[in-house]
Amino acid sequence: MLEGLELYLGGILLLIGAAFTLLAAVGVVRLPDLYTRMHAASKAGAVGGGLILLAVAVLSQDAAVSIRAIIGVLFVLLTTPVSAHLLAKASYLTGYRPCKETVIDDIAKIEE
Amino acid sequence: MNTVFLIVTLALVWAGISGSFSGLNLLLGAIVGGVAVLVLRETFAGPKALRRIRRVVSLALLFFYELIVSAVRVALVVIRPDISNAVRPAIIAVPLTVKSDAEITLLANMITLTPGTLSVDVAADKSVLYVHALHMADKEAMIADIANGFEKKIREVFE
Repeated sequence: MLEGLELYLGGILLLIGAAFTLLAAVGVVRLPDLYTRMHAASKAGAVGGGLILLAVAVLSQDAAVSIRAIIGVLFVLLTTPVSAHLLAKASYLTGYRPCKETVIDDIAKIEE
Repeated sequence: MNTVFLIVTLALVWAGISGSFSGLNLLLGAIVGGVAVLVLRETFAGPKALRRIRRVVSLALLFFYELIVSAVRVALVVIRPDISNAVRPAIIAVPLTVKSDAEITLLANMITLTPGTLSVDVAADKSVLYVHALHMADKEAMIADIANGFEKKIREVFE
């Protein structure tokens, strides 16, 4: 019974994770500029990847694999925001301005 | 630190007694040990250390809740057919009250993973964090949200 439960839980986590990853990819295609795209890639992407790793932890039936998968989740959550931040900062510094829908830009105000 | 050591020891004892060192069993032992430590806290743990652990847990819970909310919200925006109406991007300056590098890093990371916001840059003098918002409704409300939510909790953990 317990093994069946683990199977269902892992399967559900895997499906939700895959759905979030797909939506993150759709967001990267559909959103107007790099900054808004990073929202989709960093949030939905991190949650999607994290849920898939959690599914691995639940399904593996092996403590060594589970613990490594959970540590993997923590590292995904630690490193995704850093890369999103670096991409956003680097593009701002090289002159890639936010899209025209942007209502306020406080960095540009400082530079003026 | 004493409390953590105690819980780890209790978890190992639990696994040893029940004869299985599987991850789930160790986790169960840690939960039982944690409850025992919580019930008996006056006898061995200093109140200060315990309050800090409670604040770390409270910060972690808030973070995971906000993370799920933010992923769902971005996903909902992405599947809207009228996507250009759903986004109203803005880069706003959020004044920082936390000062150390560790606190600012933690805050910036958490801002990126929470609903509608993304850290872009920090001012050279560490007084201001530039945050990109996916959909900005009210600038003052958003700044207040960050100051009263994560920033306050991070200050409590580090104080």
